Amino acid sequence: MSHAEAHAPTPTTAHAAAGELHGLMAEFDNPTALVEAANRARLAGYRQMDAYSPIPIEELGEALGLPKTRLPRLVLLGGILGGIGGFGLEAWTQMSAYPMNVGGRPYLSWPQFIPVTFETTVLGAALACFLGMWALNRLPMPYHPVFNVTAFDRASTDRFFLCIETGDTQFDRDGTRRFLESLHPVGVSDVAS
Amino acid sequence: MANNVHAQATSTAVLDVPVIAPGHDFETVTEAVAQIPLAKRTPLGWVFGFLIGFTLLMGLQMALGKLVVTGIGIWGNNVPVGWAFDIINFVWWIGIGHAGTLISAILLLFRQSWRTSINRFAEAMTLFAVACAAMFPLLHTGRPWLAAYWLFPYPNTMGLWPQFRSPLIWDVFAVSTYGTVSALFWYTGLVPDMATLRDRAKSPIAKKIYGMVALGWRGSARHWQRYEMAYLLLAGISTPLVLSVHSVVSFDFAVSVLPGWHATIFPPYFVAGAIYSGFAMVLTLAVPLRKFYGMEDFITMRHIHNMTKVMLVTGMIVAYGYANEAFFAWYSANPYEQFMMKNRMEGPYAVFYWSLIAINAGMIQLFWFRKVRDNVALLFVLSLFVNVGMWLERFIIIVTSLHRDFLPSSWDMYAPTRWDFGMFAGTIGLFLALFFLFVRFLPAIAIFEMRTIVPEAKLHPTAHKPGGGGPALAEHHG
Repeated sequence: MSHAEAHAPTPTTAHAAAGELHGLMAEFDNPTALVEAANRARLAGYRQMDAYSPIPIEELGEALGLPKTRLPRLVLLGGILGGIGGFGLEAWTQMSAYPMNVGGRPYLSWPQFIPVTFETTVLGAALACFLGMWALNRLPMPYHPVFNVTAFDRASTDRFFLCIETGDTQFDRDGTRRFLESLHPVGVSDVAS
Repeated sequence: MANNVHAQATSTAVLDVPVIAPGHDFETVTEAVAQIPLAKRTPLGWVFGFLIGFTLLMGLQMALGKLVVTGIGIWGNNVPVGWAFDIINFVWWIGIGHAGTLISAILLLFRQSWRTSINRFAEAMTLFAVACAAMFPLLHTGRPWLAAYWLFPYPNTMGLWPQFRSPLIWDVFAVSTYGTVSALFWYTGLVPDMATLRDRAKSPIAKKIYGMVALGWRGSARHWQRYEMAYLLLAGISTPLVLSVHSVVSFDFAVSVLPGWHATIFPPYFVAGAIYSGFAMVLTLAVPLRKFYGMEDFITMRHIHNMTKVMLVTGMIVAYGYANEAFFAWYSANPYEQFMMKNRMEGPYAVFYWSLIAINAGMIQLFWFRKVRDNVALLFVLSLFVNVGMWLERFIIIVTSLHRDFLPSSWDMYAPTRWDFGMFAGTIGLFLALFFLFVRFLPAIAIFEMRTIVPEAKLHPTAHKPGGGGPALAEHHG
């Protein structure tokens, strides 16, 4: 394996400045171990960390103490704006911008405006959902320090990672490494920033 | 998070065939699907199939070139049949698209884990079908380069705005929203798989391209949480949308006053017909795909059975629609309605009417039999018949109502020209060519969703008890 050096109990290069390091990353080969590790890390007081997995794992949210996402509210807002915008456009064009008498119907013949209002509501909600999700996730982001870890190539296939970041108040290069090694990982790697 | 969208296949025990063959793990499902787009060599069968599609696509170029230079007079439609192939094919293609959204959105909300291995290519089918469909009404305008201000509301120098009371404008909004939302849904589903291809690609060019499309996806727990929420919300948004699209398409007919069109049964009847024909197309595509690429482990007999059952149910709703139309033609005591029905059954196009009845009401009764559902080759043939039957249904609805309306003096016959057939065949070519390109360069099965249904993905129960996992972990590693 290309990241075999991570397995060996190499002497930690404690003299490296913390600024060069994004964090320490433990690798696991199954989702149970990752959730377990995330739970233990949180109990040990670590907060600034992230887990990486090839599949969505519902339990990780609780294990990492992630807050609920604001996305549903954004989607509701997008839908409301889309609906008002669609109906408003129809009402304004048919009443004021380009009024046309069709068989004596009122200019504001609102029942006939409902299909388009429905579609613009859906469009607004869907665009808010799509754009909002990527924006909240801060994606696209072509570069991220975790990609520096060779083993991370398998994070999109069959390996599970827990990364404790240097920004955590409890982060200590040797202590955190010992802690991660106590979780029975496949390996622990430095993540260069 | 409240909803694990990609529900695990816990209920398979009660069913005889699993949604994924036993013995698969993360690596094997990933490799089985990812090796197709990442393969260096293109299989000869692919080249052959693509060439058929591409040849027909070149025919489309020719048909469109002739159409734009000459005008829509090259088509067979004329007074009184002003709508013909252009709307028949539009409705046919749009209907086909509906199965993709049903599989990706509605079955997701119902937590049907069998959708997992068919949703990706069914969604691709939706997109390509919508692209084919949209071409017809656009070109039917005769001058599609002017269609921008006829169809879309934007401030133009002439101060013109579209007529929002017209079902044709509703249609523009319904179809363009449907196409957009389907594309967003499809792309959202693709991103984690693009990351997988990025990480597995050997060629630096492929790595770069897949990397750009993957947007830097790294599988972070924070990202997955919002991603799953977004996926669920998009499914929730798409569900009423897909039901609305064919309803709005049916309004093109139902809002008019023509016998045979002016019927309240139209929206549900059209939606059921759309799903019915869409599943037929999914089956038409799935059967060769699983055979050619050896996907029997992922698209199992369970999928084939379920798709057939959906076709049976929706086909029966369609058959009910036919019965309903005939009943109300009689019950209305309206001579025009009664004549319309008599003309359908005994008029010059009666052979098409009885063919569609034979297929959509008669032939589908075969789907009741397990022996038929087990016979994949036979199902492939039957699915082609369903595609034909549903095309004939649209032909009958559109042409028979128009060619003999209220005034016998304006009656006439309709016959398509070779340019009608050329353009229709051309859109089939566009569809095939796009589908072959999709299968070659993108994962035809959602890899990350397949990973969620392998046994490995199931959490060991000790995961919930922090501090008690040591021995369990050791066990797992051993």
